[in-house]
Amino acid sequence: MDETQVKIKEFLSRFLKSHDLQIDEDIFALGFVSSLLAMQLVAFVEKEFGIQVEDADLDLDNFRSIRAISDLVARKSAPATA
Amino acid sequence: MEIRKVGVVGAGVMGVGLGQSLAQTGHEAVLVDVSAAVLQRAREEIRQGLRFRGLFQKGEKREDSETVLGRITFTTDLAALADVDFLIENVPEKWEIKRDLYPRLDAVCPQRAVFAVNTSCISITRVAGLTGRPDRVLGMHFMNPVPLKPMVEAIRAFHTSDETLETARQLLRQMGKDCIVVGDLPGFVSNRILMLTVNEAVFVLQDGVATAEQVDQLFKTCFGHKMGPLETADLIGLDTILYSIEVLYESYNDSKFRPSPLLKKMVDAGLLGRKSGKGFYDYGIGR
Repeated sequence: MDETQVKIKEFLSRFLKSHDLQIDEDIFALGFVSSLLAMQLVAFVEKEFGIQVEDADLDLDNFRSIRAISDLVARKSAPATA
Repeated sequence: MEIRKVGVVGAGVMGVGLGQSLAQTGHEAVLVDVSAAVLQRAREEIRQGLRFRGLFQKGEKREDSETVLGRITFTTDLAALADVDFLIENVPEKWEIKRDLYPRLDAVCPQRAVFAVNTSCISITRVAGLTGRPDRVLGMHFMNPVPLKPMVEAIRAFHTSDETLETARQLLRQMGKDCIVVGDLPGFVSNRILMLTVNEAVFVLQDGVATAEQVDQLFKTCFGHKMGPLETADLIGLDTILYSIEVLYESYNDSKFRPSPLLKKMVDAGLLGRKSGKGFYDYGIGR
């Protein structure tokens, strides 16, 4: 895991008692993501990595796993073209 | 007849979930509450719920959140219910509040409108008796969070007609949901059995037979339940559990519903579950 992925894992692990979360593991399938945690996760990602998550980015595919979230961070951190 | 406009009375947790669920399935909703502040918060929560819905619901292209939000009217005026096709009431589970509300709803809503009482414990037959349309009143026990739960416990009260049940089914179909119709006795099916199970699990803990983790692990790994009874209690709130089991105790006058002294003690101590940060489990701060 790279640095971004480690940070995401650390954040998620706070909500997972005694479970070693893997990089491609589906966090929603694990059943511990409440609507409140989803909001906390998005807020964490925005603050920690200094990116802006748009409504259109709030999709299962962008938050499904550590890798999916780090890919989103990488995309959002790329220089804006707009 | 297609049900287009639905009144939702009470903008607490259930009202918020219903408003969102109705609007995102294309219905016009009128959300009524006595408090403008509660309505303001409801609007914000529905906005957030819509924004985040992509994280919980897979599927087709999502409509813009503001478009969906635009289908909901937020008001403190019951008169806004004058042209609803269907009404779902979720005011607090207190008889006095329902007793004052239903005659007013009966006066303002169209004669054809069906009334659904969204409750987990109050007698639907008794509520229906407050109106001049007892055949058009049924119980609909929605589960939280409403937009994500596909099944509803529907309750046929003494006078509920087949046509009324069919209308309720139709609305649920339009919302992408379904129901299981049961009879009207306190606690219906879900709460009557769940509360008894949770209460007995607390007795097990009280008697030192097992730890909370062990109780929940057994239900999850042996019975395939998604959550054990004590985790579920923490999620619902121990005060709500105690209130529900007390209502059942009084309703049936049956000692099998007597609340566990440990449950009472935990409520007295402010250990209410997730919402207070500690219940049968410790949730730490800020969870």
